[in-house]
Amino acid sequence: MTNTTQTKHTIAISVNDQPGVLQRVSGLFGRRGFNIESITVGQSEEPGLSRMVIVSTGDDKTIEQIEKQLYKIIDVIKVVDLSANPMVGRELALIKVKSEPGTRPEIMGLVETFRAAVVDIGTHSLMVQVVGDTEKIDAMIELLSPYGIRELSRTGVTAMIRGNA
Amino acid sequence: MSAQMPEARSTEELKEKWVDKQEVLTGSDILLRSLVLEGVKCVFGYPGGAVLYIYDAMYGFKDFHHLLTRHEQGAIHAADGYARAAGEVGVCIATSGPGATNLVTGIATAYMDSTPLVVITGNVASTLIGTDAFQEADITGITMPITKHSYLVRSVDELPRIIHEAFHIANTGRKGPVLIDIPKDVSAAMTLFQPHTEPVALRGYNPRMMPNKLQVERLAEAISQAERPLILAGGGVVYSGGHEALLELVEKTGIPITTTLLGLGGFPSGNEHWLGMPGMHGTFASNMAIQESDLLISIGARFDDRVTGKLNGFAPKAKIAHIDIDPAEIGKNVKTDIPIVGDVKTVLELLNKSAKRAELADEWRSQLQQWKAEKPFRYKDEYKEDEVGLKPQWVVELLNETTKGEAIVTTDVGQHQMWAAQYYKFNKPRSWITSGGLGTMGFGLPSAIGAQMAQPERLVISINGDGGVQMCSQELAICAINNIPVKVVILNNQVLGMVRQWQELIYDNRYSHIDLSGSPDFVKLAEAYGVKGLRATTKEEARAVWQEALDTPGPVVIDFVVEKGENVYPMVQQGKTLDQMLMGDE
Repeated sequence: MTNTTQTKHTIAISVNDQPGVLQRVSGLFGRRGFNIESITVGQSEEPGLSRMVIVSTGDDKTIEQIEKQLYKIIDVIKVVDLSANPMVGRELALIKVKSEPGTRPEIMGLVETFRAAVVDIGTHSLMVQVVGDTEKIDAMIELLSPYGIRELSRTGVTAMIRGNA
Repeated sequence: MSAQMPEARSTEELKEKWVDKQEVLTGSDILLRSLVLEGVKCVFGYPGGAVLYIYDAMYGFKDFHHLLTRHEQGAIHAADGYARAAGEVGVCIATSGPGATNLVTGIATAYMDSTPLVVITGNVASTLIGTDAFQEADITGITMPITKHSYLVRSVDELPRIIHEAFHIANTGRKGPVLIDIPKDVSAAMTLFQPHTEPVALRGYNPRMMPNKLQVERLAEAISQAERPLILAGGGVVYSGGHEALLELVEKTGIPITTTLLGLGGFPSGNEHWLGMPGMHGTFASNMAIQESDLLISIGARFDDRVTGKLNGFAPKAKIAHIDIDPAEIGKNVKTDIPIVGDVKTVLELLNKSAKRAELADEWRSQLQQWKAEKPFRYKDEYKEDEVGLKPQWVVELLNETTKGEAIVTTDVGQHQMWAAQYYKFNKPRSWITSGGLGTMGFGLPSAIGAQMAQPERLVISINGDGGVQMCSQELAICAINNIPVKVVILNNQVLGMVRQWQELIYDNRYSHIDLSGSPDFVKLAEAYGVKGLRATTKEEARAVWQEALDTPGPVVIDFVVEKGENVYPMVQQGKTLDQMLMGDE
């Protein structure tokens, strides 16, 4: 029985490193009404191939359509629904948080607990770098927001299947 | 009757000549030679600034046949008609900017109906791209959602490979349009021409021809157990050349068959098992058969909403088998029990080896025969005193009888299209050319020109409404100048008929902006272009002028002035299921 509940999927797409390929892929999501929560693109292990990781939400039928429609793009070589397997998904966030000298130790304590890092200190702010899965970054942001977040930048998820697969 | 085609040397001869003696050529010469090597016999196009080098190369290039249309949209619809009639790749050329954007409707038309096209556009020089230069448009970006693939050529050295790949992609798998955008400096640049003739190997493109044998066996098994099996055959049958295998399957199994709008001609209409077309304006028998069926076998059809009606409630009793070359079509609209991905012809030939007669379906067959006999397409061939003496359906019947269903028929979009589909009885594939998916008005006339170029010996009839014919009527010039003997039929009811029908039935007779009275006199319009124009307002006149048209060796426009208030029936209104048909005699 196909599952009609909406679930989050992390999809890895190997594409030819050609001009316009990002537009082909993102355009497909747009025009077919598939949603994109995050998208990352970068080099892969093979020269000439880029790897895109897209996080999308949908029921089983939608995810199946996403996969099939992606394969119709000539520059798409391989599509893998990583979340069908045990996987590691990581993103990085830079968070600039308001901080007067008095609140610095408190914030740095939080950062340490999260195994995050302070990568810059200004007179009235701190820049925090946190790496982890989406939930961890959400939690870090939540904890820092009472101090006042001045700027936030997240990379989106990149991911791989665990083990030798 | 024959459109002029130059006597081209065989591709083999040219190949030998060009391959052995390698020359340094311009990108434009490389383009033309590559097209000839791909077997292109006729190209439709329109010149302009960014393709001047390409048109310069055509000057005196006697192995290249180019037809100058009067609008880029005419060029691409002609290429589309050519492709559908010939079963080959259609090719058109336009300049950058407005030339390219005028192709957009035609590209979308071809994409929706899976027509193989190679569309060539010029662009501004590479150095100017991105600067909003004169006549610059990002045509690869604009057409990305409506092309199977596209190329922006960055170096003249890539050109032979790209052209070869484009033809391969356009004409294999699920066919479709491929765009090649050539900047002006690339068409001017010179390089050693090295023809690309080796097989194309693309890592990301491997259309699956051979089906999973296990699924084919499952289908054969399901057929033998079905009590109410039905075949729903679509355009994929025609495109794959699978019509003979389909006929064999039907003869062998005795399964009744309905053919979609684009499937018409893929199965002989005279065959006892044929039920007609299904869907919004389909036959009673086809629609009831779908709703009652216990095994629905879709062959090269994609469950378009005009076929299915309300999806939730479509074929509610049926197990669904779906044969399609495009895996993304399977399960897209309708949940599938037996998915078979593969080339339709290949699948059917395999299936024919194991399929046996559907033994349990005798009762079903006689039920369908009864429906087919009791409720065929019909209209009231009666006239009140103040009414025009011609019904559009009668005119299509006249065309059908006088040509014995042997003509190539192209249409525009609207009521006339549905009447043509209902009352013209096709027996051969590649005889019916219509914009099914996109529903493009303006398609009828230029596609007929293309079809006639592809099939110079066949009679080509273009059936149009008085609305759509005005969207590309400028192409009558091409018919006159090149003596392309298309018979341009206009079912002239002085109104946008299909819109009027919806406004009558769904919008409470609020007729908004549908009045086409005040259109030009189509006889005079034809004559202005140098094409013979004829008119009929009664059956007698209709018979006479149609005969005159058939006897005329060149192009003719025939203006049939028909009854204004006719509706297309049966009709399944949007949001209704297929068994909720308005029959028109309620």
